[in-house]
Amino acid sequence: MNHLMGTSELPRVAPGLALDVDSIRGDFPVLQQQVHGHPLVYLDNGASAQKPEAVIQVMADYYFKDHANVHRGVHTLSQRATDRYEGVREKVRDFVHATSTNEIIYVRGTTEAINLVASSYGQAFVGPKDEVLVTEMEHHSNIVPWQLLCERTNATLKVVPIDDRGELILDRYREILNERTRIVAITQVSNALGTINPIHDMITMAHDVGAVVLVDGAQAVPHMSVDVTDLDCDFYAFSGHKLYGPTGIGVLYGRESLLNAMPPWQGGGEMITKVRFEGSEYNELPYKFEAGTPDIAGVVGLGAAIDYVTGLGLDLINEHEQQLLAHATARAAEQSGMRVIGTASDKAAILSFELEGIHPHDIGTVLDHEGIAVRTGHHCAMPVMEHFGVPATVRASLGLYNTRAEIDRLFEAIDKAQELFGQ
Amino acid sequence: MSDLRELYQEVIMDHNRSPRNCGPLEGASHKAEGFNPLCGDQLQLYLYVNDDSIIEKVRFEGKGCAISTASASIMTETLHGRSVDEANRYFQAFCALATGEKEELDQDLDLGKLEVLNGVREYPARVKCATLAWHTLQAALRGDETPIKTE
Repeated sequence: MNHLMGTSELPRVAPGLALDVDSIRGDFPVLQQQVHGHPLVYLDNGASAQKPEAVIQVMADYYFKDHANVHRGVHTLSQRATDRYEGVREKVRDFVHATSTNEIIYVRGTTEAINLVASSYGQAFVGPKDEVLVTEMEHHSNIVPWQLLCERTNATLKVVPIDDRGELILDRYREILNERTRIVAITQVSNALGTINPIHDMITMAHDVGAVVLVDGAQAVPHMSVDVTDLDCDFYAFSGHKLYGPTGIGVLYGRESLLNAMPPWQGGGEMITKVRFEGSEYNELPYKFEAGTPDIAGVVGLGAAIDYVTGLGLDLINEHEQQLLAHATARAAEQSGMRVIGTASDKAAILSFELEGIHPHDIGTVLDHEGIAVRTGHHCAMPVMEHFGVPATVRASLGLYNTRAEIDRLFEAIDKAQELFGQ
Repeated sequence: MSDLRELYQEVIMDHNRSPRNCGPLEGASHKAEGFNPLCGDQLQLYLYVNDDSIIEKVRFEGKGCAISTASASIMTETLHGRSVDEANRYFQAFCALATGEKEELDQDLDLGKLEVLNGVREYPARVKCATLAWHTLQAALRGDETPIKTE
């Protein structure tokens, strides 16, 4: 096993074509610890996933041996850094099935990707009386950049509502779409509810009225394979850190013709070919949108993370997580006083819930005492909380290294919380 | 679970189940709103302070976790009949208690039931739950109309 080369191992599948989770858990150093005297159960993957040793090592290795600025020098280290940086761009292109590496822009994360599109595309192609369409289940990062755009351009923000299962009401979507709709910004998977949206059809419907579509893929890429060409989306955004990669790096996929038509966003080095005080010439794609020295080590780590998940196989990861979700959902149905928030028929491995008579924050503290990490709060989706009439929920979001035994420990700890609070 | 009982003492559980002085206050002279965006806790605090700067009445309403609800409830009990100056001393003393800053503790002040909240100092993420009501009190006494946020 040579982690220093950043190579992923062969897929480890147990008999019957399932993930060998016991062996996989050994790849994650952070999981080998006790919290409050209990083995850590990490169920906060929707906020940020843990990193396999392969990712941690490849980033250290880059700094130990190859670091220099990219696209700058004629010297050996600069060339090595550039090769690694651009090598990952090809890996990302293949990962999301884009046509060209010109369509792969490195950004800090999903939030920055959305802000880039809202600022650059929005400023150029959205005007007064135009409409931007989001959904009620969006993360704040796919709401606020569009609100800011609408304020700047006097466009109107429209919202597609959800039903009480946490599914989008597609009839309302169809009604709200019209020839003034310029941009549709939708999440593929809801971070608060787990709902998987039928984005393929929604993209077709948006294109029928001439709108472009941005898909927030932050919660989707860790759980399922994504094909931007098949989806035919115009923009697709995701973060490295939810995909078992480092924080501070993410990707914006953009259709090449649109990226070419868009004005630059941030100005600086790298994004120009010629600078004169009378006016500058901008660099070609993808560099036009990559001003300044990028997070090179982050890119290298992202590449290792993509190798890791594709090495295991996203289909197997998805199958494993769906089995865990089915187990968690069945246990939730038997738990007295538990209300699951988000019961869509097509869901990613997220269990959001509340317990009668116990505030989510208190549940979070009790679970932490049992060594179980969950997210409690509004999950940066306050409109979703408002829809379900709750100030907050407890969210257990599962990842590839979680086990059935960990789900059982979650429910044992919930029993303890109910006992402590006399519920 | 044993040390969780140090955080969730019986007095806290009791005030969480049956908060005292809970509900609106007609004819309040001071009011303020507190909000903890991290957990969604929110509370409205109402005071009636008479001409001699004595807090004659104090009530609260809102939604929150056990710690913030109990803290607000115990605060209202503590403040009844106290002067505004005393309320300010209690604010200082309580914040010192909750954050574990012993040197700031006011030795001459009897914290009474407020002591049950000293367990939060072991839970940095929960200190703001305990102090939300008290920061809202400060805003009300200052006549600050902007909702208080703990973030």
